[in-house]
Amino acid sequence: MKITGAQALIRSLEKCGTEVVFGLPGGAILPVYDPIIDSSIRHILVRHEQGAGHAAEGYAHVTGRPGVAMVTSGPGLTNMVTALLDAYMDSIPMVCISGQVPRPAIGTDAFQECDATGITMNVTKHNWLITDPADIPRIVAEAFHVATTGRPGPVLVDLPKDVSNAEMEWYWPTEADFDLPGYRPNLRPHPRMITEAARLIAAAERPVIYAGGGILKARAAEALRALAEQCQIPVTTTLMARGAFPDEHPLSLGMPGMHGEYTAVTAIQKSDLLIALGSRFDDRVTGKVADFAPGAKVIHVDVDPAELGKVRTPEVPIVADCKMAIEELVRAHAKEMSRRESAGEAAQADRSGWHAQIAEWKRTYPLVYDKEPGDGTVKPQGVIETLREMTLDDTILVSGVGQHQMWASQYWKFHYPYTWVNSGGAGTMGFAVPAALGAKVGRPDRTVWAVDGDGCFQMTAQEIVTAAMERIPIKVAILNNAYLGMVRQWQELFYEERYSEVYLSPDLPDYVKWTEAMGGIGLRVESEDEVAPAIDKANSITDRPVVIDFRIDAREKVYPMVPAGHPNDDIMVGPAIEAHAARQKGAVK
Amino acid sequence: MTEHHHVLSVLVENKAGVLARVAALFSRRGYNIYSLAVAPSDDERFSRITIVVDVESAPLEQIVKQLFKLINVVKITELAPSAAVERELALVTVTADGAVRSQVIELCSVFEGKIIDVGTDAITVMVAGEPAKLDDFEQLMRAYGIVDLQRTGRVALAKLDRTTQKLRSVTGKVS
Repeated sequence: MKITGAQALIRSLEKCGTEVVFGLPGGAILPVYDPIIDSSIRHILVRHEQGAGHAAEGYAHVTGRPGVAMVTSGPGLTNMVTALLDAYMDSIPMVCISGQVPRPAIGTDAFQECDATGITMNVTKHNWLITDPADIPRIVAEAFHVATTGRPGPVLVDLPKDVSNAEMEWYWPTEADFDLPGYRPNLRPHPRMITEAARLIAAAERPVIYAGGGILKARAAEALRALAEQCQIPVTTTLMARGAFPDEHPLSLGMPGMHGEYTAVTAIQKSDLLIALGSRFDDRVTGKVADFAPGAKVIHVDVDPAELGKVRTPEVPIVADCKMAIEELVRAHAKEMSRRESAGEAAQADRSGWHAQIAEWKRTYPLVYDKEPGDGTVKPQGVIETLREMTLDDTILVSGVGQHQMWASQYWKFHYPYTWVNSGGAGTMGFAVPAALGAKVGRPDRTVWAVDGDGCFQMTAQEIVTAAMERIPIKVAILNNAYLGMVRQWQELFYEERYSEVYLSPDLPDYVKWTEAMGGIGLRVESEDEVAPAIDKANSITDRPVVIDFRIDAREKVYPMVPAGHPNDDIMVGPAIEAHAARQKGAVK
Repeated sequence: MTEHHHVLSVLVENKAGVLARVAALFSRRGYNIYSLAVAPSDDERFSRITIVVDVESAPLEQIVKQLFKLINVVKITELAPSAAVERELALVTVTADGAVRSQVIELCSVFEGKIIDVGTDAITVMVAGEPAKLDDFEQLMRAYGIVDLQRTGRVALAKLDRTTQKLRSVTGKVS
């Protein structure tokens, strides 16, 4: 049957299981927007292409299915680049379709022409320029395959307008038809490496699991829990892995890294075995690499071979899907324990001292803040805690980038995987509102709260209009400190309080009026006693977006903190934790 | 060529933009390319890129792994200089007026070069061979005055069975 390239594209998206496309039409993609009218696919019309990209990411984060975005050529495509980078850095499966000028016009500086595959080459896992309408089904299927297998990531398919308009004979390819001779991700762990890892685990006296976003990508949260419990090893969850291991679990140490919990950071530093599972030794976790976990041997599991040895050379490198590797480790570890026992040894090395040490760190240096300023000031950490108390455990929390993101990650106690959506590697301000929208579309059964900064909110707030128009009832808590807060914090600590270009004003814009103008409900909270009632009101609104403007204490900083480039041993816990530690030590004496 | 240089023979899909992807990867990750030669292989679906890399800029293993992540890269063979046959071709235009022309022609024949163009007071010579031989020839020609010089960058294949020793061959299974 002959159909147009545009119809073939939409049919291919349907075949790949696409339920939702986030996009914004324009000249070069026009032919593709016509068959959308007749398709089962829901199209969500965003107000800026970057929003389409982040919405697709939010959707992918919470569903595990690839997010799909569609844009036109030229500026439509370049507006998508930030979202592609964001998805690339955080390994988010995403398929972006972009329109391109007709083939004969390529290279002539035609209206709204840009070199889409050239521009996005370095921010996608792969991209394609379709030059023959007969290739459309195969390339779309390949695009979904590449985006979702191995280490997931964003891909882009660039479609010239005359290819969309041309006719082709419809077919649907199988994997055997794929033209990907250089793409063979390795998922199965090497048995010898697994045995070696199990031996190190059983013999370790101070082991720590350093779980990263790869756990979530591999749907390996349950396997991780089984491993931790069987081996009795404490678990740290990176910013990208929050929720992969329940925070209330006795073996949980919380988040490591620059703003990690004291116990998580210090346990890694003092460990003799670091089990890195789907994590990539990011500089925000390691601090100064040469001084990171100096006494630890490293077992590193990653599906991407290039991550092994990129930053830290592991003693045991394992290229594999995290879930498969962890399940194999659980089996091999059980075998190793019985082997040790039959050899007359203890099943595992004695770790009582290690667990006692960790318990003492947890007691002495927990995450605390100055809860009672006594003047009704709204503390950002308090907002997060109250929000957590007033929402269900399966609530999805989305954040932007900056202080509010760190407070959200620190003070929200995560119970389930896939309840945390944020921009980790790229650190994209403005991520929260569109990502929350995409998350809510992906999981309409869940409550979706975005915690945002005032600076972030101003970057992508227009998607509140999309949410209102499409009846996507997201909730946004702006922690409004009238500053680009994280930059302010660095200027305060490292630039002698010389504040340069960080003041934003609490009232300009008026977030309540702005939200109302965009079709949402705006609320304002100026004192501590208004926090809970406002959240209560927001929770009761289920038919449109709600934005709460929390006027928070602008002096509040994110602690603990390891200054950039310093060894993690230089962790600064800040005044509140220090005071707590002093009281604890006093009480012990 | 110093000992910090290694030769990677990279089999890639013969598709538009593949060289740009390889070049962009090197620039994005901060690796240095010393020389680069590209041409179709015996199978029209694939091309072979011979890259001489400066491994002082990054560990060779990391370069190979990152390169292999490119979807269009099918196979990478790392060739140790002692385990590969390498050839390079150079075109050199050298000043050779009446007085010295015969000397230049004589040196050229010592290097098994071919005179491919002759002007009033210069000649263009083609020399092919091991890269070190080209280095020597280039050095000798400097004395007469090099007007223009173009080298192709080396191409290489592994030595045949009896002496072949691949340092590493990456085909997707690394651990």
